[in-house]
This record gives sequence, structure tokens and C-alpha cells, in this order.
Amino acid sequence: MKQFAYFPGCSLEKIALSYNQSTIETTRKMGVELKELEDWNCCGATAYFHVDELLAYTLCARNIAMAEKEHLDLVAPCSACFKNTYFTNRALKEDPDLADHINVALAEDDLHFSGDIEVRHLLEMIVEDIGCEQVKEQVSNPLEGLRVATYYGCQIVRPQKDHENVEDPEFFENLMTAIGADPIPFALKMRCCGGSLLISSREAALDMIFNLLKCAEDSGADVIVTACPLCQINLECYQPQVNQEYGTSFHIPVVYFTQLLGLALGLSNKSLGLGTELIAATPLAQYAT
Amino acid sequence: MARPSFSQEVGNLLYAAKGSPLSACIQCGTCSGTCPVTDFMDYTPRRLIGLILADMKEEVLASNTFWYCASCFYCTVRCPSDIDIAETMYALKRYSIWKHIHQEGLVGPTFSETFVKTILRSGRSYEPIMATSYLFSSGVKEWIQEAAMATGLMLKGRMPVLPPRIKRLDNFKRMIEKVIPLGGQS
Repeated sequence: MKQFAYFPGCSLEKIALSYNQSTIETTRKMGVELKELEDWNCCGATAYFHVDELLAYTLCARNIAMAEKEHLDLVAPCSACFKNTYFTNRALKEDPDLADHINVALAEDDLHFSGDIEVRHLLEMIVEDIGCEQVKEQVSNPLEGLRVATYYGCQIVRPQKDHENVEDPEFFENLMTAIGADPIPFALKMRCCGGSLLISSREAALDMIFNLLKCAEDSGADVIVTACPLCQINLECYQPQVNQEYGTSFHIPVVYFTQLLGLALGLSNKSLGLGTELIAATPLAQYAT
Repeated sequence: MARPSFSQEVGNLLYAAKGSPLSACIQCGTCSGTCPVTDFMDYTPRRLIGLILADMKEEVLASNTFWYCASCFYCTVRCPSDIDIAETMYALKRYSIWKHIHQEGLVGPTFSETFVKTILRSGRSYEPIMATSYLFSSGVKEWIQEAAMATGLMLKGRMPVLPPRIKRLDNFKRMIEKVIPLGGQS
């Protein structure tokens, strides 16, 4: 059985609880064990790096060091947690002086960064380590006829890590095809949901959300599927505000990719946290088992 | 030795970024064409880089541009000169927080500082505390919209009641003190 250290992140404790539930259930079903870090802390989202870089690296390094203690690669389902942890891991591996400095601080919590594990996004781990072919073989309830807008958002693919395709990747669509769904062309799939601008620059963020919703609706999507709690919250919870500001009548369910994957694997709605949406995921009702 | 110019100061804040120096900018505007927030910015990213390179410090710091950057890194991956533009926006945010200089009425600096303070106290973030940092600066309409959404989330069991905290909080706080002088942050 494949094993990974698991860093759920703050959003998955409550506001994105269904992402946590569906992540645990689907990975278990596919023979992967996620072992939650025993005392993880917040990754800092974008705010740590706005205030102090060294502080930001230290807080992310603490989570990495806990995974190192277990000798397991670290998986994060949230794109912000993933990006911050991935790039901290890389910066510390490349700069031993920085790692030394931070290790002095980590010693206060009996932890040490050695640089001997990798950090992965959940979606990337499923596509690369399990593989779409393997997923397809395990599908018992293909989501035939479900038109999905695969929304990558930002930090799962950007910044670029190596020479991978950051303009038009297809791994998300490939996974959706593997579970029998129909990934429709979604032109804005790589565009930002606004992130925390919703709080700091509301007008700008609502504009960004409006554009994404309009594009998804025009593309004929039944649901938008995401791999990040912030994308989910911005696109789902702010639809009423967008409708109010722009005189629109958007009503598009926004679900986590793990919920669709779980349905295709024959898991129950309840175990996947379906039913906790603010916009009911009615197009999924016909696939319930 | 002469004091560093503003553009050198900003460049020096980018020690961890792997991209080219700002002086490599060819003013092509790919960043501005890519950025999803330019309509709301005082200056586009291209102009902002031009202003930095011209050492126009006051204009740069008085602009909202970098506080409107959502960290989507689209400009960074597309820059033909390989400048890490999003990271430059981070550097400017840090600079403006350190110097306590920013455009009046911006929520971004307060929000970032509140977020960090929350985490330094408990180790984890907590949505209801975050809300207090900006709700006072927004209008009645926004307040009602947020309250309606919070109620909806609560009914679905998606709103935390108690602030979460990590187990080894004492160790965590000592760790932070080792790396950074807290200066009243906690």
C-alpha cells in the first residue's frame, strides 16, 4: 500500500470539510494511505510572504520536517498549501545556509529539515502515482454525460517547477475522462479566482469570479470541478454577490474533483460530503449509488 | 558608499527569487496583457516595473498595483525575460509594510498583518477572526452579504465555532522567536 504524509490545511478542517472527507475516502478506496501530520500548522496562504519571508519559510519547514520524521512524501490537497510547502522545500534544499538558519528555530520543536522528501499536490499524486489508467480500471460507476469544467486555478501549476506545460496542461481533463465524465473546453481554466482579493479588493475579485462563471456557463458545463478550497469557496459562495452586482442569474454547482472521483468509484454521497454545498450539486444526483 | 537607489533596494528584496533582475525588463507588456486585475490597478505591472527602474519611489509606493496582485503567477510564467514579477509584487508588499507606507484605504496590508498575527497566536487560521480585519472597512451591503453567506455555511456545518489551535503551541512560539524578532506581533 502506498503511503503519504498528509497536510490537509486549515480550510479542510471546516469550510472545505467535504474536500477532506472525499480525499480520505477516495484515496483509501484506491489503496493509498494518507497519514495526517500529527501537529501541522497553517501554511500562511499568501500573507506570510507579504510580511516576512524568513518567517514564511520557517512555518512551512515545520510541516515538512514532520513529514520527514515519518520518512514519507507530503501530499497537500489545497493549492496554496501545496505551492508554499513545495517551494519552501525547494528553497531550503537549494540553500543549505537558509536551511541551517531555519533548523536552529525548528530545534525548539524537536524538528529538523534534512531535505529528503518531496511535496506533492493531491491531484498530481493521483494522476502521476496512481495513474489515469489505474483509476479507470477501478471505476464502477462512470459519470457518463456529466459535462465538467476542469478548473485548474493558479498555484497547482504556477509558478513553473521544471519544463512542464503551464499554458494548457491536460492532466485534469484526462482524470475526468478516466472516470467517464465529459471535460468540456473551458477557456479560462488557468485563470485566477481572485484568491484573497475577495477580502482585500472585493470589486476586483468579483469581476474575476464573474468572468469565470460566465465562461463556464457559456461552455455548457453542468458543474465546475476544482482542486483547491479557495477556488471552491470563491466560485460557489460568491455567486449571489456576483448576481447582485452584475444582474446575472448564475447557479452553477462547484465541486471538488475528489467528490466526482469518489462517485465514480461507487462511494456514497454522504461519505464524500455531498449535500453541504450552498448551490446544490443536482446534476450529480443521477450518479448517486 | 552611496545609498542604494530605490530600484536597487527592490532588487535586493528579491534574493530568494530565481528570475532575472528587473533591469532585464524589455517593457513588452506581456505581464500587463496576462494579468487578470489590471483594470483595477493604478499602473499595469509593465508600467510599475518602468517606474521602479526610473527610481520613482513615491509613485510606486503610493500605487495600489502590488496590493491588487492576487499571486496567480501568470505574469511570472509568461515573462520572456524570465523576471519573477509576482515575487516582485511580494517584495513591494513587504517593503510597504516595513515602511508603513501605502495608499490610504487599502485593506490588503491590514489583512495580511491580521492573518499573520492570528497564526502566530494559534498556529492555524480561523475565518471569523479574519473577517473582523476587513468588515469594518466595508459598506453595509458587503456586511449583509457576508453575514448571509456565513449563515448559509453555518447551516451546512461549514463554519468553525471555536478557533482551532495546534498542540505544541509553546514550542511553536519559541520557534518563531528564534527566527524573527516579534516586535509585539504575538
